[in-house]
Amino acid sequence: MKLDISKFGRWSLLKQLGSDRLGLGAAVQSQRSATLVSRTRSADRVVKSICPFCAVGCGQNVYVKDERVVQIEGDPDSPISRGRLCPKGSASRQMVQSPRREFKVKYRRPFGTEWESLDLDRAVDMIADRVIATRRQTWQDRDETGALLARTMGIGSLGGATLDNEENYLMKKLYTGLGIVQVENQARI
Amino acid sequence: MGSNMAENHPVGFQWVVEARERGAEVIHIDPRYTRTSAIATMHVPLRVGSDIAFLGGIINYIIANGREFRPYVEHYTNAATIVDERFVDADTNDGVFSGFDEAERSYDNASWQYDGMDPHPSSGQRSGGAARGEAHGAHGAPLTGSAPPHRDPTLQHPRCIFQLLKKHYARYTPEMVANVCGVPEAQFLAVAEALCRNSGAERTTAFAYAVGWTHHTTGVQYIRAAAIVQLLLGNIGRPGGGILALRGHASIQGSTDIPTLYNILPGYLPMPHAAMHQSLQHYVDTVSSKTGYWGYTKEYMVSLLKAYYGDAATTANDFGFAYLPRIDGDHSVFTSIVGMIEKKVRGYFIVGENPVIGNVNGGMHRKALASLDWLVVRDLFEIESASFWYDGPEIESGVMKTSEIGTEIFFLPAAAHTEKSGSFTNTQRLLQWHHQAVEPQGDARSDLWFYYHLGVRIREKLRDSTDPRDRAILDLAWTYPTSGTNADPDSDAILREINGTGADGKEISSYTDLRADGSTSCGCWIYAGCYKDGINGAARRKPGSEQDWVAREWGWAWPANRRILYNRASAAPDGTPWSERKKYVWWDAGQKKWTGYDEPDFMLHTPPDYVPPEGAEREETLSGTDPFIMQADGVGWLFVPDGIEDGPLPVHYEPQESPVENALHPARRGNPARQFYDRKDNPYNPPGDAPGSDRFPFTMTTYRITEHHTTGGMSRNVPYLSELQPEMFCEVSPELAELRGLEHGGYATIVTTRSAIEARVMVTKRMRPLRIDGRTVYDVGLPYHWGSNGIVTGDAANELFAIVTDPNVHIHETKAATCDIRPGRRPRGAVLATFLEAQRT
Amino acid sequence: MKTFDDTAATAQATYDVPEDRMGFFTDTTLCIGCKACEVACKEWNELQEDGYNFTAESYDNTSALGGNTWRHVAFIEQLPRPVGPANDAEPLPPIPELDGGVASLLDRDASVGPMQFDTMGRWLMSSDVCKHCTRAACLDVCPTGALVRSEFGTVVVQDDVCNGCGYCVPACPFGVIAEQPQSGHAAKCTMCYDRLRDGEKPACAKSCPTESIQFGNLDELRARADERLANVVARFPTARLYGNDEDDGVGGFGAFFLLLDKPHVYGLPPDPIVTTRDLPSIWRTTAYSALALSLLVVTASIGTGKA
Repeated sequence: MKLDISKFGRWSLLKQLGSDRLGLGAAVQSQRSATLVSRTRSADRVVKSICPFCAVGCGQNVYVKDERVVQIEGDPDSPISRGRLCPKGSASRQMVQSPRREFKVKYRRPFGTEWESLDLDRAVDMIADRVIATRRQTWQDRDETGALLARTMGIGSLGGATLDNEENYLMKKLYTGLGIVQVENQARI
Repeated sequence: MGSNMAENHPVGFQWVVEARERGAEVIHIDPRYTRTSAIATMHVPLRVGSDIAFLGGIINYIIANGREFRPYVEHYTNAATIVDERFVDADTNDGVFSGFDEAERSYDNASWQYDGMDPHPSSGQRSGGAARGEAHGAHGAPLTGSAPPHRDPTLQHPRCIFQLLKKHYARYTPEMVANVCGVPEAQFLAVAEALCRNSGAERTTAFAYAVGWTHHTTGVQYIRAAAIVQLLLGNIGRPGGGILALRGHASIQGSTDIPTLYNILPGYLPMPHAAMHQSLQHYVDTVSSKTGYWGYTKEYMVSLLKAYYGDAATTANDFGFAYLPRIDGDHSVFTSIVGMIEKKVRGYFIVGENPVIGNVNGGMHRKALASLDWLVVRDLFEIESASFWYDGPEIESGVMKTSEIGTEIFFLPAAAHTEKSGSFTNTQRLLQWHHQAVEPQGDARSDLWFYYHLGVRIREKLRDSTDPRDRAILDLAWTYPTSGTNADPDSDAILREINGTGADGKEISSYTDLRADGSTSCGCWIYAGCYKDGINGAARRKPGSEQDWVAREWGWAWPANRRILYNRASAAPDGTPWSERKKYVWWDAGQKKWTGYDEPDFMLHTPPDYVPPEGAEREETLSGTDPFIMQADGVGWLFVPDGIEDGPLPVHYEPQESPVENALHPARRGNPARQFYDRKDNPYNPPGDAPGSDRFPFTMTTYRITEHHTTGGMSRNVPYLSELQPEMFCEVSPELAELRGLEHGGYATIVTTRSAIEARVMVTKRMRPLRIDGRTVYDVGLPYHWGSNGIVTGDAANELFAIVTDPNVHIHETKAATCDIRPGRRPRGAVLATFLEAQRT
Repeated sequence: MKTFDDTAATAQATYDVPEDRMGFFTDTTLCIGCKACEVACKEWNELQEDGYNFTAESYDNTSALGGNTWRHVAFIEQLPRPVGPANDAEPLPPIPELDGGVASLLDRDASVGPMQFDTMGRWLMSSDVCKHCTRAACLDVCPTGALVRSEFGTVVVQDDVCNGCGYCVPACPFGVIAEQPQSGHAAKCTMCYDRLRDGEKPACAKSCPTESIQFGNLDELRARADERLANVVARFPTARLYGNDEDDGVGGFGAFFLLLDKPHVYGLPPDPIVTTRDLPSIWRTTAYSALALSLLVVTASIGTGKA
């Protein structure tokens, strides 16, 4: 009977006949170790991004596999961050994939004691109704001297420093169009 | 100063570490010994709230010892300008400048003007209290009257600004600094000398600050004091110089440039004010300046109105100027929450912010939210501002009952940065684009989606309205391309609108292309050029390794892709670099234009020897040696004649709550123009030696730590960050621990008239008692990241603070207040409510 | 392949390490204690959090390396200033009542003198990691071949092979390798074996904002460290290298350090010795016994076969 050595390929003792006589290295490398490929390499695509935490603006590479973020790390091309990230930036993947994230609209009716579910489209519609109604109830055409005001003081907004410029632009534009002036964000605090 | 950069901007701090390794001196002037102090070459502990005294000491040191960078000061600042003879300095007037109205707690700045100039048209007008500050937007005020202002280039005239400055700061001696700040004279002198030694033609010094400076009732004057130091030392507009605001959110700079703020429109154009801006012409007359680049205010404003109202903005209707709502006072967040409690403000949107944790007096905020008719919260996580109605501290203490809170609440899940495309503007004014990587799950949507569709829905519902009040919203240009299953609006198209387009429909390339005739449209004039030639400049990513150190092809910096503002100042008056070592932008005599490593921030073809002719207008009024082109007189302002509410020069005042008297001005403890919210639900601890002050004998200060982000929404829901700092703690010196019997690792209760919170105790020598004016001041350090929701929870530090703000920008004071600290956990339930009641009586 | 020939009297074993051995040089003079390394490591290796325990040990709440913490930043506060009131002879006054005046307490001088650069104290921060010893006891004792010396000269646990026997845990002279609760396997830093195979830096070194963690060819790192030490010793007179000596008890570290104080201050053993140093002689004895036993068995078998 002829000995087929390949059948013993995973048998460490035979590997040890090679250079790794102590059996502490290549000889004991497992199949998985031998074929290991990093998530960054096996990703379907790399998307260029910017860290969402502080205002340094570190470059991020977002690795996507099967339409899911599998890794976020520093972008070495960035002249600002040179590929580095702080602990928060390094935890970006866990932040965006936190099991504590909310993915459903929650609604609390006046005097209600618990959250209720609500369809997103219905929520936007209800909010639009509230804006229109409150705006009508609190509209100010002119002040006591007759000066033009053209506004509502019944509605306010807070937030923007964690959003994109384009989002801030649309927010301010819409609010201004509606006559809402009490528009504020984190820059104040 | 005022920044813990290693802690809060670790990746930006790599450049500081690298500079230190190349021999730079890194000085950390901060009440606490922090991660930044650990890497600094010197740590200088000073008392919370005393920075202006310290900086005033530096100014005095520079002038008294003739250490100013003389040619820079002579040519590039208003040091030589002569001030109106009616001006009376606070230093000789018990701590208030001329023009102070005690009843209104505000200034009339007529006497602060340059000699021979008229006060700005907006200056004398009063309406709704803080009208003037709101009217300026966020830029230096224009100057009217005879031009140029009277000057004495020898800087000897007794009313020239240099001499006023010298007199004003003469009492800020090293002894005074030691007494007010608790910094030993020798150490103060070492700092002052280091700053001078590292400034001048061959060297520059930078200041880095953050909210450690802005969160004071004199916050704006903190930055002003640094500006004076840096102008005297010639450190503005030059590489390695500047005053660097280290901002805390990914796009907090962007949200100021393209503001979600009440007092400004995009590009720092002021919101129209009811009392002053009834017509476009009024607006332009009061906002515009005859000199400098604000001379184009009409071009900027008309182009914005075209971007807002599109075809509905015509010459016939003043381009829709009457559509813009008017402000008539302070409509900042704190005033709004008072409006909620008074049932005037009935609906509220909270978008990526968590005010019940992040803003001072959380209890008053929750009371305000509980008074609303409706509230919309958009966030990645269910933050405390969304859940206050069932798990807030007032529910626990029984002060509020869930079933009695009438607020209707919509919580809408938001999309994360990986789930949408858009630009952030970072702390150095750099726009950088993040591309969408994946679709958001479930109901999660971008805020772009939400506001676009909300606008569409409202406009649909109002479509048939004939009410003139609805004209503005119906005439709003609100057509954007959408794509995908969620019908997401195209953020690229919006950036293009922000950039602006010309009569030909093509992208404009610079704000100099803007016209006042309605032929151009531009959503934010300072961003004009970010989409030049149809290329998204924010998305440019030429690797840093393939560029020079300025890296102009990475992202896009406003304005006009300039990386250092006012960089004309990096060259001497004759246009040559101050030194080879600090070469940056210079005049190329051969090509007859400015050139260098950066985009010159100057009229490209205006030579250094240009002298404005009689009758010149706008930027042509600036001479070839006027680097500060956005200032009406083209120079850096050591003294501010107009545009600041609380004085033309910074003065040391104590915080609202301080354990000591004001050593410089015993008659004026705090900033006389600070803004109070004197209400039962916002009580102040008695200050100084006032009766009851001994109940709150210690100072407290809030801050962030590396492991968490702001109010914790983006970190306390993340296991890897939560485990690194799992619990609210306070930092105290061994001396204070001994004084109060606090046990390291145990619990302490921190008490004010607003609230009592508990925290684990970190006894550390990094906290250091300081000897101030014959007594010892102990500080309690409080990170403010915790709240009731998340993986790790804890009491919120901001519960302890009262609302009291800077009069210019309405920013609260969290870096210095008074408190008591006791061992053990805080009272709970109804006992807490009773306990707090006792603190207030 | 370079063979490390151990000429020390205690052992005769040879340790195969590749020519191009990769390693870490952690320069603590640059560390800002941000813990990016801890998080980047956990993100890449998909480790679990290690519990939410406030320790009051300065800013360190993960305390030690373990099965789910493969990088750990130690914080050591060394602020030599005298403590004010504690030095006072007078007894401390009691905590005042709510209405009581504490103002008098504040008159005591609890502050201390000027803080000069040389006396302002230090806050030492250092990112610890598996040392990837040249003579790695964990590797020696592993009965399954789960622990291997990789082609980069690093010591790697193959979790598809590890059966969780735990022999390696007490073998480590640094207490690095530990059982990972969720898998039951031994776990520690692999120097991001998968990343190295793809030509990437380990996650910790890549994230480190200040290049306190440097990754590269070990010989080059050692040369760089010598140069660095010479450069900083004037600024940091107490600076020293730790683990860069091939003649130490573990044959030098694959991940070594520039420290600012004695190793024990950072919780590191001052003179680590490979716990298996006596193994070769034990093995020889065992081998002779086994051989004798085998011969006996064979003889017996032959006998049996014939029967």
